[in-house]
Amino acid sequence: MPIVVNAETRLVVQGITGREGSFHTLRNREYGTNVVAGVTPGKGGQDVDGIPVYDTVHDAVRRDGANTAMVFVPPRFAADAILEAADAGVATIVCITEGIPAHDMLRIYNHVRPRGITLLGPNCPGALSPGLANVGIIPAQVFARGRIGLVSRSGTLTYQIGKELADLGLGNSTIVGIGGDPVVGLSFIDALDLFEADPATDLVVMVGEIGGDEEEKAAAFIGERMRTPVVAYIAGFQAPPGRTMGHAGAIISGSAGTAQAKKVALEAHGVRVGASPTEAARLAAEAFAALG
Amino acid sequence: MDLYEYQGKQLFARYGIPVSEGSIAATPEEAREAAERIAAPVVIKAQVLVGGRGKAGGVKLAEDPDEAQQLAGAILGMDIRGHTVHRVWVERSSDIAREYYFSITFDRGAKRPLFMLTTAGGVEIEQVAAETPDKLARLHIDPLVGFQPFHARRLCFDAGLPPEEHRQAGDIMTAAYRAFVETDAMLVEINPLIVTPEGNLHALDAKYTVDDNALFRHPDIAEMRDLEALPPEERMARERGVTYVKLDGFVGIIGNGAGLVMSTLDVVAGAGGKPANFLDVGGGAQADEIVTAMEVLLSDPDVRAVLFNVFGGITRCDEVARGILAALERLDVKVPMVVRLDGTNDVEGRQLLADAAPPHVHVEETMLGAAERVVELAGSAA
Repeated sequence: MPIVVNAETRLVVQGITGREGSFHTLRNREYGTNVVAGVTPGKGGQDVDGIPVYDTVHDAVRRDGANTAMVFVPPRFAADAILEAADAGVATIVCITEGIPAHDMLRIYNHVRPRGITLLGPNCPGALSPGLANVGIIPAQVFARGRIGLVSRSGTLTYQIGKELADLGLGNSTIVGIGGDPVVGLSFIDALDLFEADPATDLVVMVGEIGGDEEEKAAAFIGERMRTPVVAYIAGFQAPPGRTMGHAGAIISGSAGTAQAKKVALEAHGVRVGASPTEAARLAAEAFAALG
Repeated sequence: MDLYEYQGKQLFARYGIPVSEGSIAATPEEAREAAERIAAPVVIKAQVLVGGRGKAGGVKLAEDPDEAQQLAGAILGMDIRGHTVHRVWVERSSDIAREYYFSITFDRGAKRPLFMLTTAGGVEIEQVAAETPDKLARLHIDPLVGFQPFHARRLCFDAGLPPEEHRQAGDIMTAAYRAFVETDAMLVEINPLIVTPEGNLHALDAKYTVDDNALFRHPDIAEMRDLEALPPEERMARERGVTYVKLDGFVGIIGNGAGLVMSTLDVVAGAGGKPANFLDVGGGAQADEIVTAMEVLLSDPDVRAVLFNVFGGITRCDEVARGILAALERLDVKVPMVVRLDGTNDVEGRQLLADAAPPHVHVEETMLGAAERVVELAGSAA
């Protein structure tokens, strides 16, 4: 069964009555995602186009069996919202919100990790399993259904690569946006591990960018633990050190976190790295064809 | 957001970390007055957000107010690795018996704060870590538990601090951790952390970085940002809320989404061009936002051609096309522009551009094709 979001997803949306929250909730439902509830404190009893709204996530879990939460609340309230979902027993939390303070995420990460909760994001586009469920803001029309797993720190760059794959006749099992912040829940390694165990995935395309060392750690993981082939793309070769390139996590600190270092680490573990999204898609197509 | 030394020291003082008495000065006269108030030898320190100012001659000892004025005059206006000195920090000169190093880093890889303490201070910490790693005490702490006395003891013993300094060092580390957490810092570094001949520890320098995403809860720190230190294009971008980084090339680049824009820079470089900037208009951009973004981008005189690369997800390509046409109407665009629109409403977007047929605009189908075209145009416009 495709990873993170699938036919078993029962979604509660935190911040459902906001402009962005309601817009994307209805798009997700239209796609076929089972949206069971929404939460906006103080608006319990209302509904958004037939979706019941509760005051607390606990109510949504108790009344409608929500097992996945999507967080659409503003940055200053998002940490609280994630902790509430975790406390209510939600197993998978997808946080779209951009701009959450890094220290908030540090505490949240260390709180949810030992509890076995899957936290996707923050500052991520969500996850899409074509044909089954879409949780987040990924434009589903770009992607075809298929057997390639796609994991990325970026939104639009992922859409670009998904489109290039579709142009080559290739589709995806699941597209997972892990987010562009310095501290995110689900890591590249976590996603790769899920794809490795997923019978619906035959190949993985990993899209990284400057900052941190998650791509380097993933390279070692791929070399040591994965039988599923992986093709990569890394963005940010032209980024100067010490500057944040749009994503809060996309920053080269001193000499650490460069695109070159990530490319070298991946290639050292046998992962082919495309020089452009187009080339990465072409490499993926070659590797996929070689699977027979 | 990086803070100047004097700003970091203000925060140190607020949290009870000992610092030297001092004042900030923007003119040689102010430096003289500061030295008169201190009434002792002073150190004049250039305030720049770049390392290596000592080697560049940006830190000098002055015996008296006359000398302070004269040295401040020489340092003010100095260029230190591309940064102009607008202010100097004038502080009481310290007698130094030993120099240590202490820092707390937001370790994103480990997902924990990292403490580092060594008696080999005053030099680059990377050098200590590489050459004498056993001299460097390193400790990750659990942010849910916080910094405890046993952490302080471990660091002091591991670093080999003399026992009589443990209490002072523990107090400084505890205060620094409080500052780190309460001000949402990504880095708090004291290098050197000095020991005076009398055995007192205090912070002789301060390196302090605060999380931009947390500035909403620290309005006092947000106000410390020095817009003057930015290139004019970046100042304009910040004032107008545009995500922009100035680079040193000549191809202007604008797109939606940080990853796609970074990728666009790389693809343009791969085609032989040199990017002039990074500019992300973000998701769901409306026509007005595109006009503003174009205005920032075109304020850079080095831009010879522009590549507009959009992949429409939530962003609609027809809205982007309207923004481009509005920008062409309202701004005096002299450079050629290559536009590549893909994704949501791309056909409508391209049709809008084709119907208006503005003379400077070239529409390309693919990202690679667009990159090659803009490099060609930038070259011929040179």
